[in-house]
Amino acid sequence: MAPRSQRTLKWLVGGPPFLFLVVFFLLPALIMVVASFRYPGEFGGLAPLLPARPGEESGLTAESYTVFFGDRVYAEIFAKSFGVAALTTLVCLVMAYPVALLIARSPKRHRDLMVLLVVLPFASNFLVRVYAWMIILGPFDLLFSRFAVIVGMVYVNLPFMILPLYTNLEKHDPALLDAAQDLGAGAWQRFWRVTFPLSLPGMFSGAALVFIPVLGMFAIPEILGGKDDWIVGNMIKESFLGTRDWPFGSMLSLMLTVAVLAVAGATSWLAGRSLRRA
Amino acid sequence: MALLEIRNVTRRFDALTAVDDVSLSIEAGEFFTLLGPSGCGKTTLLRMIAGFDQPDRGALLLDGMDMADTPPEKRPVHTVFQSYALFPHMTVAQNIAFPLRMARRGDVETAAKVREALAMVHLEDKGQRLPHELSGGQKQRVALARSLVNRPRLLLLDEPLGALDAKLREEMQIELIDMQREVGITFVFVTHSQSEALALSTRIAVMNRGRVEQLDEPSRLYGFPKNRFVADFIGKINMLEGELAGTGDQPRLRVAGLGEVAVRAEAGWRAGTAAALALRPEQVRIAPAGTDAGLPNSFAGKVRDFLYIGDVTTYIVDLPNGQRLQALLPNSAPGRAKFFEVGDAVTVAWPAEAGAVLAQ
Repeated sequence: MAPRSQRTLKWLVGGPPFLFLVVFFLLPALIMVVASFRYPGEFGGLAPLLPARPGEESGLTAESYTVFFGDRVYAEIFAKSFGVAALTTLVCLVMAYPVALLIARSPKRHRDLMVLLVVLPFASNFLVRVYAWMIILGPFDLLFSRFAVIVGMVYVNLPFMILPLYTNLEKHDPALLDAAQDLGAGAWQRFWRVTFPLSLPGMFSGAALVFIPVLGMFAIPEILGGKDDWIVGNMIKESFLGTRDWPFGSMLSLMLTVAVLAVAGATSWLAGRSLRRA
Repeated sequence: MALLEIRNVTRRFDALTAVDDVSLSIEAGEFFTLLGPSGCGKTTLLRMIAGFDQPDRGALLLDGMDMADTPPEKRPVHTVFQSYALFPHMTVAQNIAFPLRMARRGDVETAAKVREALAMVHLEDKGQRLPHELSGGQKQRVALARSLVNRPRLLLLDEPLGALDAKLREEMQIELIDMQREVGITFVFVTHSQSEALALSTRIAVMNRGRVEQLDEPSRLYGFPKNRFVADFIGKINMLEGELAGTGDQPRLRVAGLGEVAVRAEAGWRAGTAAALALRPEQVRIAPAGTDAGLPNSFAGKVRDFLYIGDVTTYIVDLPNGQRLQALLPNSAPGRAKFFEVGDAVTVAWPAEAGAVLAQ
């Protein structure tokens, strides 16, 4: 093929996804960055960049950031959010592993049905299911507590841990377990030395799918945790819908993105290192 | 006492009898081969020896001990799997160390044995590689080293050379024999390749439909097949069907359209019974028409086709009764690349002792 038409082809193939990312990812992110440096509008929204009337707040400011870094309470809420997310992820992992293993080791003809059962809760409305937990936890006096928040988070996110784990475990070559047993490994050793290390990629993708969305969730803490147990998601929602301070909400969203990227980067670095060592 | 004794072992899967009342014993130090077409029960038998499957009837005795209640991880029997089954997340050295770790050998001993095993399979410099970085032949060697490092009483090999190309397979065959001699461990080898079985084995059990058809040394198996299945499965063979005739110690096979063929007397032969002469192509002499080979069985024929293989040529000769006979001629005569052309009239002949007489 001539180099010219090859170039055309490259643009035809790569162009649309590139355009998609620019329009739906890069531009919104840039808008968010710019918004976080602007003044809030009088009734929500953003103040104009150029002053329309004298004395009106306009232009760019770092005020949102000054507030954020000036008060420890925001760092504390961030820390608490990451704690809730980490605990949710851990509980999901512990609960999901046996389920995923059970499905992966079941006869092939049963697996699809079992996976269907895992995703079946998605068929009913998210809020309805969270309210259902109010009815369940209420009589035990467990409502409006950190415990209730974790229960809700785990309940909602468990399938996102089970599915990637199952996908990973299902691909393991059964001959490896035969080989391990043949070479003297008992049931526990077979799990610990073969199944577990090989399932690490599945565990990492499951953890990412649970950890990151939990940080942004506001409905569950609001419904099950009560007004006092806020996480980042609640703060962002409140900034936009409550106090109507869009720049502050944009700044919070941005900080959350930065923090998540930092955690993800650190985890993948650690994972890469441990996989190379294993 | 035999190292492994298989006593009347039967294994059924629903309607299929995979292994049907098999009895055989394997001696220490042997290179024993289970040979047969796919579905003959050889792999099922191997899995029962390893402990992954249990016989429905019969017993497996290792060193005289019944293995029925010993799980695979407790048997001093290791397997080289067809797919190698190397642990993908462990380096070559860690793979080889695995059985030593499971046996709770010390770190120093483990390291020394891993080094030794790597040297045995000529992979000294590949210890830190991961399996996916190795070639097929290298994976094969790692699998062997891993199965041998903890000195099992018995090493099972499940078609281990099946995934290698022809040249590499031949190299590995020689290495396998050397290795087995060196370590002195008893090998039980499963294959469907008769040439591999003949090349490697001390003894071969030819299996078909769950039963052992014949258990013998390779040369006896090839030279004196006991029945049609073995004769046909091992090597190339000509079958002359007929009826036994003659008297005393000189039986003859009466072949329709060809006449009488002198055959070797088998104990208890009876005139009038239907039989076949199984004749190897290299036992048939082929000469220009009219040559007197001085052999009792001499027939005129015509070259129908030939297969030039390099070291030998196989001639396919039409006999007067319409049957085709394969005759092998070495190409070692100086100055001649080819002896006969298609359509040449030839004489084929063989001595009375050649071949095996098989009952119907």
